[in-house]
Amino acid sequence: MSARVLVGVKRVIDYAVKIRVKPDRTGVVTDGVKHSMNPFCEIAVEEAVKLKEKKLVKEVVAVSCGPQQVQETIRTALAMGADRGIHVEVSGKDYETLGPLQVSKILAALAKKEQADLIILGKQAIDDDCNQTGQMTAALLDWPQRSPEDGTFASEVNIEADKLKVVREIDGGLETIKINLPAVVTADLRLNTPRYATLPNIMKAKKKKIANVKPADLGVDVSSRLEVLKVDEPPQRQAGVKVETVHDLVGKLKEAGRI
Amino acid sequence: MFPACRYSLQARRCVGALKAVQAEHVAPQVCSTRSSSSTLSRITTHYSVYPRDKDPRWEGVEMERFADEADVVIVGGGPAGLSAAIRLKQLANQHEKELRVCVVEKASQIGAHTLSGACLEPTALSELIPDWKERGAPLNTPVTEDKFSILTEKYRIPVPILPGLPMNNHGNYLVRLGHFVRWLGEQAEELGVELYPGYAASEVLFHEDGSVKGIATNDVGIAKDGSPKDVFERGMELHAKVTLFGEGCHGHLAKQLYKQFNLRGNCEPQTYAIGLKELWVIDEKKWCPGRTEHSVGWPLNRNTYGGSFLYHLNEGEPLVALGFVVGLDYTNPYLSPFREFQRWKHHPSIMSTLEGGNRIAYGARALNEGGFQSIPKLTFPGGMLIGCSPGFMNVPKIKGTHTAMKSGMLAAESAFSKITDENLQSETAGLYIPEYEEAFKKSWIWKELYSVRNIRPSFHNYFGLYGGMVYTGIFYWILRGKEPWTLKHNGLDADQLKPAKDCTPIEYPKPDGKISFDLLSSVALSGTNHEHDQPPHLTLKDDSVPVAQNLAIYDGPEQRFCPAGVYEYVPLETGDGMRLQINAQNCVHCKTCDIKDPSQNINWVVPEGSGGPAYNGFSMIV
Repeated sequence: MSARVLVGVKRVIDYAVKIRVKPDRTGVVTDGVKHSMNPFCEIAVEEAVKLKEKKLVKEVVAVSCGPQQVQETIRTALAMGADRGIHVEVSGKDYETLGPLQVSKILAALAKKEQADLIILGKQAIDDDCNQTGQMTAALLDWPQRSPEDGTFASEVNIEADKLKVVREIDGGLETIKINLPAVVTADLRLNTPRYATLPNIMKAKKKKIANVKPADLGVDVSSRLEVLKVDEPPQRQAGVKVETVHDLVGKLKEAGRI
Repeated sequence: MFPACRYSLQARRCVGALKAVQAEHVAPQVCSTRSSSSTLSRITTHYSVYPRDKDPRWEGVEMERFADEADVVIVGGGPAGLSAAIRLKQLANQHEKELRVCVVEKASQIGAHTLSGACLEPTALSELIPDWKERGAPLNTPVTEDKFSILTEKYRIPVPILPGLPMNNHGNYLVRLGHFVRWLGEQAEELGVELYPGYAASEVLFHEDGSVKGIATNDVGIAKDGSPKDVFERGMELHAKVTLFGEGCHGHLAKQLYKQFNLRGNCEPQTYAIGLKELWVIDEKKWCPGRTEHSVGWPLNRNTYGGSFLYHLNEGEPLVALGFVVGLDYTNPYLSPFREFQRWKHHPSIMSTLEGGNRIAYGARALNEGGFQSIPKLTFPGGMLIGCSPGFMNVPKIKGTHTAMKSGMLAAESAFSKITDENLQSETAGLYIPEYEEAFKKSWIWKELYSVRNIRPSFHNYFGLYGGMVYTGIFYWILRGKEPWTLKHNGLDADQLKPAKDCTPIEYPKPDGKISFDLLSSVALSGTNHEHDQPPHLTLKDDSVPVAQNLAIYDGPEQRFCPAGVYEYVPLETGDGMRLQINAQNCVHCKTCDIKDPSQNINWVVPEGSGGPAYNGFSMIV
């Protein structure tokens, strides 16, 4: 099989870190905070590497957009089994406003340039929860897009005779679909359990190539049409009140003007 | 049984096989007695207590490890480890020699497990990197004001800090140590050091002649009950000519090495304290960057060693770093260092600074107090100990970073000359470098620690704190530690607890949610997390001891001294009796439990790499 898979990976604030809003209310604090690969992207990488191990694809290319630090994220993908990486350099103000639309334009351009047959992405990123990039990329390329929905069991992604076979868990049971390649697949949480990037693989990954590309080289304009006006913490949860009898409850509700 | 030599080889083999079969039958019985003594599932499932070669679930699992060679491997990416790495590469570049230096660090990024006040004395830094200012070292807050006071419940008695007293901080800098360590990491990488954060050294490897061969990193993919998961992978072996151990205070590999090489045969046992710290953004009107405040006294009684620090940092926002230290030789099992810290913040002089402010970070770590008397032997075949791991903290100054860095540099210098010596004939496969210890004894670390050696032990008198202060005034300030005697410590911290029935419980005030807080919300601010499906890394040698001894005699002190709420005694589902619940995910890697457990039953081992707290410069700001 000569298929090539493009996997998008995003560097996000680690899921266990407590987020703090910047004092000037323009965003959240990111400097020095622990970052790691988006958990959904880890699953995407794992799925791509599994396909390569089943010899259904020939090459896995990991892509990330951002400043210098995203190279660590690409290295982790390389350590998990990707063959080479592409770092799309976006920094400063452009990086702060980078969103699904620009990323999908970049991925679409790269897919054409690299002649990828399959794009696997995480379903959403845990920092913005947009769940848009996969769908937008497919639309821009005019490719089919599917999300192998999870359930209690891991679902499957397979390549059979130039078509992508996806097994999804739905309410009524299992649904098997065949999609034409090339296609975009977005990975949800229980698709697989990502492997650890072990130290010997990290050392080997240092020798794998990461190419540097600028969005302008791909003919993509990363300016944003969205402007963030303000970022605020969610409102503090107010303490509840315990009441002893139904009378009290009715009384309190009346007090609050609810009845 | 039978004298085997009388029989043929075949017969001997049969006898051997029989013995093996008998042994197999014996082992399950032993296991079942262990589990039936506590009629519940096992608390400890770690392979260091239940070896995998006897565990049927591990049959057929590939246990071969990938191995790689370096010239020097350094365990721990803290001030000592990174200074050693930098020094090694500086020497290698200077003498145009190739040297492969690898640093393994359990935190996911360099600096994420670093916690300290911190007030840095830049002496070692200026020796290591003289142009640190031009290179952008984050030493942004020189000390401008120095205050020391004795607190009573309502009042504050200022104590003058005369020049020459160890608490004098003129010339020092208030830093966010995690950021400083991160900067050191960048300097090291520039010089070509290989840094591997996220990989913990979990095992020391030995040559056949008993010298240290290197380390192995942690295995990954072991489930909570100790069985292998699908993603199980063995750790990797890193072999080196010499291995430097810079794990910080009470390192778990160092604990093994002390026993293996009898490094503590000629010194006193190490004594410790626990330091708890918070970072606050305060009202700008109350902020005085460069102000350093220390206090002793309330809320601790005169016989419990401890005190506080409050530093105003100059890093853009009105930040203060404040914390509380309690000596772990305290005797009352009802004492909770965390709650003493929270209580202390309500003192009028402290509350006035914090009112209107916002707490943004929390953390805790054990620190050394043994000083000069507790310095072990520092070198052994194949390895050396550096930094707070053997323990070079200057206790009255409460500074250990500069001595840790200097020890790393000395180790690097002696290792370099040995490794590059072409005529070297070593007796052991791992290099033995006694030159490190000799250089150490001639260095300023030795002189400094010698001069303050009697200050901490001077607290062990009837007047406690006040006796200690009088002693310091006379013998340190006037005589500079030249008195000919050396006072002893009191023995192991773990042996100091009195039984609960002989002590009075302490009534702590409830946290008010504005100045003082409860434990769990504090732990959330440390950002700590671990992969939940792994064996608890707080291992018990014997699962039945906590309820039988710690709870029965000492009322479960681990519920109080753990600053992260890892240990909880909960009622059994059957209703009668209690069991110990270990919430390993909360652990902030402070090591206090390993130190203070009166039964010495708890053995802290390293969890899967990247787990643990996520301190950011020990703060979380822009």
